[in-house]
Amino acid sequence: MVPLSYYLVLSGILFACGVIGFLIKRNIITIFMSIELMLNGVNLSFVAFAAHWQRLSGQIFVFFVMVVAAAEAAVGLGIIIAVFRTRETLNVDQVNLLKL
Amino acid sequence: MLHLILFLIFGSICVAGAVNLLVQRHPISSALSLVVVMASLAVEYLLLGAEFVAAVQVIIYAGAVMVLFVFVIMLLNAGAEERTQGSRVALLLGVPGVLVGGVLVAWVLLRQSGTQPVALGALPGYPKIIGNLIFHDFLLPFEVTSILILIAIMGAVVLAGQPATQSQPGEER
Repeated sequence: MVPLSYYLVLSGILFACGVIGFLIKRNIITIFMSIELMLNGVNLSFVAFAAHWQRLSGQIFVFFVMVVAAAEAAVGLGIIIAVFRTRETLNVDQVNLLKL
Repeated sequence: MLHLILFLIFGSICVAGAVNLLVQRHPISSALSLVVVMASLAVEYLLLGAEFVAAVQVIIYAGAVMVLFVFVIMLLNAGAEERTQGSRVALLLGVPGVLVGGVLVAWVLLRQSGTQPVALGALPGYPKIIGNLIFHDFLLPFEVTSILILIAIMGAVVLAGQPATQSQPGEER
C-alpha cells in the first residue's frame, strides 16, 4: 500500500527535472526530450488519481496525452530537421533570429 | 509492503534516469536515460493497476517515440553540446528557489496524506474496460485525435520533406 502523495511527489520530481532540463539545456533535441519528461510526470499523476478515485477516465486521459505527445514529437522533429537544414546547428543560442 | 518496496526501487530508478538526462552532455545518452525513465514508469503504472497504460507506455513511448528521437539524433549527427555561460544571478536565485519550492510542495503533499493509500490492483485497467470507455463515452475525442494524428503526419512530411523549390529568377509574379 503506497500513499497517493508518494506518487504525486515522484510526479512532481519528474516534472521539475523536465522544467530544469528545458531551461538549462542548449541542444534543441534534448530540450524536446525534457518536454517529453514533463508529459510523463503529468501522466503519472493522472494514473495515480485514477486509482485513488476509482475512475478509469484518468487512464483514458493518459492515452490522449500520449497521442498528443506522439503527434508533437513527429511535428517537432520535422521542425528540428528543417532548422538544421537551414542553420547547420542544433544549438538554440545560435537560432535566435526568425530571419536567415 | 512489497508494493512499497517496488515503488521505491522503480521510483528511484526513475529519478536517477531523469537526473542523468540533465547531466549527460551527449543527446544519445540523454535519450537512453529517458528510455530508462519511461520503462520504470511503466512498472509504476502496473503497480497502480493500469495494465493497458503500462503496455502502451512501453510500446508507444519507449518504442516508437524514442526510436524517432534516436533516429533524428543519428540523422543530424548531433555531437556533444557546448556549455554556455549562464548568468550568475540565475544560478544564485534558481537553485535555492527550486529547493525551497520542491520541499514546500513535498511537505504539503505528504502532510495532506490523510487520503487512503492506493492498493495493488484496486482498479483493474484491462484493455476490455478501457476499450469500452474509449468507444462509448470518449468516442468523439478519440475521433478528434485521429484527425490530429493525420494532420501531424502531413505536417511532418511537409516540414521534413524536400525544401520547396526556389522561384525561378525570370518567373512572372
